Amino acid sequence: MELLMAVSIGVLTACGIYLMLRARTFPVVMGLMMLGYAVNLFLFSMGRLATEAPAVIGRAETHADPLPQALVLTAIVIGFAMTAYVVILIIRGRKTLEHDYVDDRVNERDHGVAEQGLSKRAVPMPPTPASAETDGEPRP
Amino acid sequence: MSQHLLILPILLPLFTGAVLLLFSGARLAWKRPVNLVASLVLLLVSVLLLLRVTEAGTQVYVLGNWVAPFGIVLVVDRLSALMLVITAVLAIPVILAMSAGTDRTGQNFHGLMQFQLMGLNGAFLTGDLFNLFVFFEILLIASYALLVFGGGRARVAASMHYVILNLFGSALFVIAVGLLYGVTGTLNMADMALRIAALPAEDVALVRAAGLLLLVVFALKAALLPLGMWLPAAYASAAAPIAALFAIMSKVGLYAIFRVHGLLFGEMAGPLAGLGQSLVWWLALATMLLGILGVLGARDLRTLLAWQVIVSVGTLMAGWSLGTQEAWTAALFYMVHSTWMTAALFLIAGVVVARRGDAKDSFMVDARVASPAVGLAFIAGAVALAGLPPLSGFVGKALLLQAAGFSGDMTVFWVLMLCAGLAGLLAFSRAGTSLFWRGPVADATTATTASTDQPSMPLMPALLLLAMSVLLVAGGGPILDYLAATADALLQPTELIRAVLGDRYLPGGA
Repeated sequence: MELLMAVSIGVLTACGIYLMLRARTFPVVMGLMMLGYAVNLFLFSMGRLATEAPAVIGRAETHADPLPQALVLTAIVIGFAMTAYVVILIIRGRKTLEHDYVDDRVNERDHGVAEQGLSKRAVPMPPTPASAETDGEPRP
Repeated sequence: MSQHLLILPILLPLFTGAVLLLFSGARLAWKRPVNLVASLVLLLVSVLLLLRVTEAGTQVYVLGNWVAPFGIVLVVDRLSALMLVITAVLAIPVILAMSAGTDRTGQNFHGLMQFQLMGLNGAFLTGDLFNLFVFFEILLIASYALLVFGGGRARVAASMHYVILNLFGSALFVIAVGLLYGVTGTLNMADMALRIAALPAEDVALVRAAGLLLLVVFALKAALLPLGMWLPAAYASAAAPIAALFAIMSKVGLYAIFRVHGLLFGEMAGPLAGLGQSLVWWLALATMLLGILGVLGARDLRTLLAWQVIVSVGTLMAGWSLGTQEAWTAALFYMVHSTWMTAALFLIAGVVVARRGDAKDSFMVDARVASPAVGLAFIAGAVALAGLPPLSGFVGKALLLQAAGFSGDMTVFWVLMLCAGLAGLLAFSRAGTSLFWRGPVADATTATTASTDQPSMPLMPALLLLAMSVLLVAGGGPILDYLAATADALLQPTELIRAVLGDRYLPGGA
């Protein structure tokens, strides 16, 4: 079970970080969620792994540490709220920035330079195949 | 009743914020006074707590009577009380400045402001590591919403970086907390300090990893060099009063480093004592250098100020990594000063933006701000921030240099400190010349016709904060005594540990 836990945490973290480095909003959100799962599993395992050990004293011979489970609950709630906020933010960003890159390389205060920035961006960053039609070009 | 004073800095903003959100459809004329009065009461409570801590030492509030280390405790020591007062003093001018009309450009500023204060105060008060994480999340989610307040391309773009980086930081924070809990079996920071002091040799590496992870998280919030590149865009694009409020946000990371690393990895920690200090020293110096370059390269006032924040973060972290009582006293003084003065200048930048119309605060020759009052306030703020006498910046820098001493190791630090002052002076002179001297006079009519969405911005809140600089110098003696005692208590945390754990604490450790 230890090996399974360790491998799952490792794989989830690796996927999460890989997706975050994609630097486009949807993969980044997916990456953050995966990282969140990895963190929750990790936090859970900090109470030591045991089977047939409920987190209540007196129900079985051994009992699990209830505190990490409470912490995981808190972390899940917070992660849920934060994910909801990020999703709203990227929808807003998609509308305002007119692209779905995390890095708004235009970085200017006014909209005048936006189009020039868009055409520059389309060159070095090949769009992912599935979204090539919609993401690569500026919106009308 | 009076023992419940300790939890008021959390409950008061919580309920005020909840009420303000509940009646979010109410008129601003009604919300503004509620927000302001709540913050004034908060200031009063914070000052009372500060006085009580000065008189009676560290105060502990045991939530739900769950005895430490089993429940969560709130701890007010000198550092916490100081941070509460800094925050409350900062909040009032910010609310005044926003209430002049900028709060109309978005929704729910007043409620968000109270939640921001709640998160900040909670982070300063809690004595529990996981609770610190929770309050960090509260202050962060409020700051996410405040950063995009008013909307616009630059804010959304900067906010994207800020939010995603901080979410990643939160993940690291939870990993570090989990690791520390897994090794020490406690979340109470005082108890954890004792467990770390009596750590078996085979667990040292794990705790070191966790401590360094925490340092990464806090350095991300404080914007230390490799992790601080989000800051200039975020601060420069936020509405000016909100950027002023964010002056405290980067100091939260610093507070956490002083608190967590001072307590867990202090002298008692044996092989882990002073964890990360030598690494942070060089990173801090590099941060200062980068900040100086940024200050010189800035093309508008708010970006210039954002880079000044980076310079002050580098200075403060360098002061922290010196690790002596004198250095920490000086760093704490500099922290108070730089928080208030950066905020004052952000508020002045807000005035400039409001009066110059489309030119905003960029250093191009366009409509100039003809008001002598604004110009003089700008000079005062620039003198304070660049570290010239007679204002508080000079005192802070002199103390830091004195604490560093003049030895060969410190050459780089001295050079960077003096260059930071020079760069600040140059940049502010150039800024002042183009904003206040050159170009045609910006009168109120051109400003309002050029951009109708530009709300007015009063100068008075900035003057309030500038007055605090005078106060810092005039009351320098008592303030420095207080800060010296704070630094002592941070370096020798036995008083805090005894206050939290009571009789269970044995002086020999474990």
